[in-house]
Amino acid sequence: MRILYFAWLRAKIGTAEEEVAPPAGVATTGDLITWLQTRGPHYADALANRAVVKVAVNQDYVGLDHPVAPGDEVALFPPVTGG
Amino acid sequence: MAIRVQAEDFDVGAELAALTDGNPSIGGVASFVGLVRDMSKGDGAGGDSVSAMTLEHYPGMTERQLAAIEAEARARWPLDGVLIIHRHGRLLPGDRIVLAACASAHRAAAFEACWFLMDWLKTKAPFWKQEETPAGARWVAAKEEDDQAAERWYKRAP
Repeated sequence: MRILYFAWLRAKIGTAEEEVAPPAGVATTGDLITWLQTRGPHYADALANRAVVKVAVNQDYVGLDHPVAPGDEVALFPPVTGG
Repeated sequence: MAIRVQAEDFDVGAELAALTDGNPSIGGVASFVGLVRDMSKGDGAGGDSVSAMTLEHYPGMTERQLAAIEAEARARWPLDGVLIIHRHGRLLPGDRIVLAACASAHRAAAFEACWFLMDWLKTKAPFWKQEETPAGARWVAAKEEDDQAAERWYKRAP
C-alpha cells in the first residue's frame, strides 16, 4: 500500500510517500490512520487532529470508514487551499 | 475537456479567444483570474506581508478532481466551452494563479457556472498554499467561508 502525504502533513511526518504493509486488522482508512499514529512521534503529532486530515483512496475523497486494501494509493492531507 | 495544471504562466486573452474560436453559437464568456496577493492590507494571518507563495498539489488527483468539477458544471448549465488552468510552484505577488472560464449562449449560465467552478475548486481541488513572510513560511489555513460558498451550490442545484 502506497501512502502519500501533502503540505504540512508531509512536512511534519518528514516524507512525501512511503510503501507500508499494515497488519491484518487494518481494514479502513480510520484504522490505517490509527495504525500510522503508532509509527512514531512525528506521525502521532501530524495525525493527532483528524478533523484536519482529509483522505483520498486511489485519488477520490473518502471518509474514515472506507475500506483499504493492498495496492491502494492512500493520500493524507490538510484541507485544500487552492484557487 | 479543458483542464491544465502547469507551472508556466498563461495568456488570458489568448486562452479566452481559443475557447470561443469557431463556435458562433457562443454569446458570451465569463472568466475569473485569481492572483497572488501580498496581504499588505493587513488581512493576512498575523498581518505579515507575503513576499512569495508556493503551491503544492497532488498530481493525478488534481486533474481528476478538476475534470469532475468541469463535468458537474456542464451537467448543470448549457455550456459551449469550459477552461480551467491552475498553476503550481513558486509565485510572486501579482502573479496569476488560476483561470476559470465558461462560454455559453447566454450570460446567466456563463456567470453562474464560472462562480460555481471557483467555489468548488477552492474546496475540492488538492492544492495547498505556503506563504513566505518576514516571520517565516506558513501554510495557508482553509477558510470556513470557502466551505460555505461551495455548500450553497448544493442548495441551488437546478
